[in-house]
Amino acid sequence: MTAHIIDTNNILKQLEEIKDPEIPVLSIVDLGIVRDVKISDDEIEVVITPTYTGCPAMDMIVADIRMLLSTLGFKKYKVTRVLSPAWTTDWMSDEGKKKLQEYGIAPPNKKIKIPQDGVECPLCHSSNTKLISEFGSTACKALYQCNDCMEPFDYFKCH
Amino acid sequence: MSKQDLIDYVLHLADNNLILGQRNAEWCGHGPVLEQDIAITNITLDLVGQARNFYQYASQLKADGSTEDSLAYLRTEREYKNHLLLELPNGDWGQTILKQFLFSQYQYLLYHQLKDSADEVLAAIAIKSLKEITYHLRWSSEWVIRLGDGTKESHQRMLNAIDELWSYTGEFFEPVSYELEAENAKLNVDVLKLKEPWLNKVKEVFAEATLPMPDKTFMHTGGKNGVHTEHLGYILTELQYMQRAYPGCEW
Repeated sequence: MTAHIIDTNNILKQLEEIKDPEIPVLSIVDLGIVRDVKISDDEIEVVITPTYTGCPAMDMIVADIRMLLSTLGFKKYKVTRVLSPAWTTDWMSDEGKKKLQEYGIAPPNKKIKIPQDGVECPLCHSSNTKLISEFGSTACKALYQCNDCMEPFDYFKCH
Repeated sequence: MSKQDLIDYVLHLADNNLILGQRNAEWCGHGPVLEQDIAITNITLDLVGQARNFYQYASQLKADGSTEDSLAYLRTEREYKNHLLLELPNGDWGQTILKQFLFSQYQYLLYHQLKDSADEVLAAIAIKSLKEITYHLRWSSEWVIRLGDGTKESHQRMLNAIDELWSYTGEFFEPVSYELEAENAKLNVDVLKLKEPWLNKVKEVFAEATLPMPDKTFMHTGGKNGVHTEHLGYILTELQYMQRAYPGCEW
């Protein structure tokens, strides 16, 4: 019965409750990895795309989505992964970027496509910062240090 | 192109990534500094992620109950189709870096062709992977330059690495039967075309690194047809141990 009153927007709202396990302030909708929600009478399908090919969070995210879908009253449900078009940080929502910044991770900045010095420090907002390594604590981040407040921080790379 | 040729071709791409990924993973916890330990293991994660996409596709094509896991964990040396270069021991940091650079440069050029492939799945994997390979190539090029144009010792170690690895690079550009079939089927993977741009790019980086381009030399081949060095058996022994000892075990 519940299935008939659930529409796509409603599902998207519920999907916003599913967070990236590596960056728990970002929902999978903020990240832009939810590409489509297809609903028919007795079936629901959520289409997602991975951020990086080896991102270990994907399996967990798929499990979380399946768990959610199983509670909605559809006879059939599935999660489909697609590779094309390839995910890009351009799909990250403004809300998501704001949340990242508040969490202490510098959000992707289109002017800094290739990691280099000068990414704004998410803590003290200085641009006097240095790149430590293009590879950070997860595949999607680079490691920085602020020359003013001296704090190390992550930068979510443009991808 | 027969289905078997396509499966063999996809497995060749998958095996390249898995075997280099497995080798790089040996550095986990042993890198020269923490940031570079993290860098090489991040690269490994990408390589294995890309390998998974290829294995998943190969298992769909096979449609015989194979899975990405059975293809990785239950094939023997003679069934593996990776380049010999990728199974060689890591050696020191310089040798590891050089191996990654030589392969990343090759992979970068190959996937740029593959992204316009008639095979949509391979094209999608190539487009996705290229974003990651671009990082690998930039990182490994920077390290080749840093070490080559570094201290007397780091320069000598890069010369040693070139001696060790160069004779395994010819295999990139000698197509075996499934590669020729793939090219005939418009998969856009003509490795012969890659040789000149690859040599030019390597030359540029070596010049900046003050390293000499090696002379023409004998080139080892065989990996793509399953004829490997003695090293692959040891890699698979470790890689496949759990599935061999506890068949069907899952995390």
